[in-house]
Amino acid sequence: MVATLEIRNLHASVDGEAEMILRGLDLTVKKGEIHALMGPNGSGKSTLANILMGNPAYEVHEGEVLLDEENLLELESDERSRAGLFLAFQYPVAIPGVTLGNFLRHAINARMKADDPDSKGIPIPKFARLMREKMTQLKIDHAFAGRYLNEGFSGGEKKRAEVLQMAVLEPEIAVLDETDSGLDIDALRIVADGVNALTGPNMGALVITHYQRMLNYIKPDYVHVLYDGRIVESGGPELALELEAKGYEWIRERHEALAQVQA
Amino acid sequence: MAVVRRRSALPQAPSYSLADVQSVSDAHDEPAWLRARRRQAWEIYRNTPMPYQEEEWRRTDYRHIRWDEAERLIQANGATAAVVPAKNLEPLTGAEQGGLLVFVDGKVVRSELAQSLARQGVIFSDLRTALRDHSELVERRLMTQAVRATDGKFAALHAALWDYGVFVYVPRNTIAELPLHVVCYNTSAGAAMGHVLVVVDENAQATMQVEYASSEAAGQSAYIGATELIVGDAGALRYVSLQDWNRDTFEFSHQRGIVGRDAQLDWVNGVMGSRLTKAFIEVDAVGQGANARVSGFFFADHDQFFDLDTQQNHNAPLTNTDLLFKGAARDRARTLWQGMIKSLPQMQRIDGYQVCRNLLLSDEARMDSIPGLEIEADDVACSHAATFGTLEEEPIYYLMSRGVTRPQAQLMIIEGFFDELLKRIPFERVRQRLMAEIEAKIIG
Repeated sequence: MVATLEIRNLHASVDGEAEMILRGLDLTVKKGEIHALMGPNGSGKSTLANILMGNPAYEVHEGEVLLDEENLLELESDERSRAGLFLAFQYPVAIPGVTLGNFLRHAINARMKADDPDSKGIPIPKFARLMREKMTQLKIDHAFAGRYLNEGFSGGEKKRAEVLQMAVLEPEIAVLDETDSGLDIDALRIVADGVNALTGPNMGALVITHYQRMLNYIKPDYVHVLYDGRIVESGGPELALELEAKGYEWIRERHEALAQVQA
Repeated sequence: MAVVRRRSALPQAPSYSLADVQSVSDAHDEPAWLRARRRQAWEIYRNTPMPYQEEEWRRTDYRHIRWDEAERLIQANGATAAVVPAKNLEPLTGAEQGGLLVFVDGKVVRSELAQSLARQGVIFSDLRTALRDHSELVERRLMTQAVRATDGKFAALHAALWDYGVFVYVPRNTIAELPLHVVCYNTSAGAAMGHVLVVVDENAQATMQVEYASSEAAGQSAYIGATELIVGDAGALRYVSLQDWNRDTFEFSHQRGIVGRDAQLDWVNGVMGSRLTKAFIEVDAVGQGANARVSGFFFADHDQFFDLDTQQNHNAPLTNTDLLFKGAARDRARTLWQGMIKSLPQMQRIDGYQVCRNLLLSDEARMDSIPGLEIEADDVACSHAATFGTLEEEPIYYLMSRGVTRPQAQLMIIEGFFDELLKRIPFERVRQRLMAEIEAKIIG
């Protein structure tokens, strides 16, 4: 069976707040597919990314999120990761004193230990080879592995570090939360190349973005528009171009007209 | 009329007497100058009240010490280096020690010095032997320049009663390549008064580590110690001190580095053990161009109390001191760092920096940091800072999102916090060991 992320009727808010940001979101992403999720600021894009990964600052009120029929909402963030979900953060946090390489080795070992409590973890030479291979693939300077996680990284370096982590951890489904934001065109191309190299039959991706620009480099199979906490339009790649041409105002007007008709 | 008697709130004093001072001298057949110094120190001790409400003591309550147990001078009972944990005896680098001195209950049980160092004229011996073989060198430096009996009640007590110690002398223009390693290990309860005197002469260099530890023992202990690090003009000393006393030990120590013209002192101080530690850690930059880096790490758990008083004295122009302390506290532990940068009047173009970073790991723990400046010059760059943090959810969530468990994520963040400091220890093996000890404190 193909690994599938299923989001059903999701309602969610910032933790402790009554105002719903997601109001009945439905979306299915299968391994091997690339879905783009677009939407204006405040539509709930980042909330969705955070909810999927289990950020404790957000709260689910209703709905389901399944990965291979396992209910992700009952799992801690680390369990979701080990189940095959990955989130490339929009704003990765700096962790002083923890090197990127050491961190990823622990992340791999955590997976191996979860599968087999007696596992000794990945041998260091094998891990070093894996890191070198992935860094070469993503055109990342090998010195990166020895740097403290995101500390003093430029915007582009942070995003590349996120993609490197994705490459090393090989998730089933990856969510990329505005990975294009703050990147110049060269950095965007490098990040997009990395994502393209990883997607394919072995990974599904949900690419969250405000702008169509990234979709010039990462070709989605499906494009969805999030508005007011729900997906209001779905289509093929042409939808992204239409949005680019008409702007989100077009979505707002259509959606409000539709709401009035329904009322 | 009823008289309300209140129990005295003042700290009790130990019951030492001049006879104890004399018996230390007699037992070792000490020279007249040393006997005279001890008597002088005893007078200072006798005339100084137990510290209590003075500024540098008023936050430090040590009244739970039971002197009847802690004051009894520890006597060696025939134990050998075999009782010392293997981790303490491991060479700092490579397969061999540059020099190794091991004390068990104040008695030397191993004393080794690499031939290459001995040939260079490096002296690395216990203080008693040095008193016999290098009396003049010791007389000139022992508590005359760095730590003095007048520095405080416990400095005076130490000067009157110290009973064992280390003497290191690196002659002029000599680079001691191999590191020197000292272990002071106690197996029984009671008082230990160890002394470290290191003299790096003009244009000489040395690297050294001293470890203090003790096994569990029946009853309380007191460590009343002094450390003197004297770096001559253009000399360089890297010095690491690691303290891991058992949890019934009260440490009262005075430690001071003297840094000469264009000289370097790189000093790392680690405090992990003891019930209570009150340490005065000071550097005097006494020659133009002197440079001192003072680093400290501490991790307090259960009911430990650490009070680290640091002082950076700029006694010459164009001097540079840089202090970084990093600590964590959990359970009901308490830590206090009080730092001061001072300058003599008109010491221009000095650069002094001090910062203490605190990581609070429980609601019941308490950490205080009190930085201070007393600068009497105008062309200076001096600054200080203190920061306080807790384990925040955002970085934990970030690490967990990659599959590491919550406890592992917490561990990584705490170890990362200390990483910057531990990197200043020049021995990879020691860094790894300390990381494991920090890990044990986090998990324990």
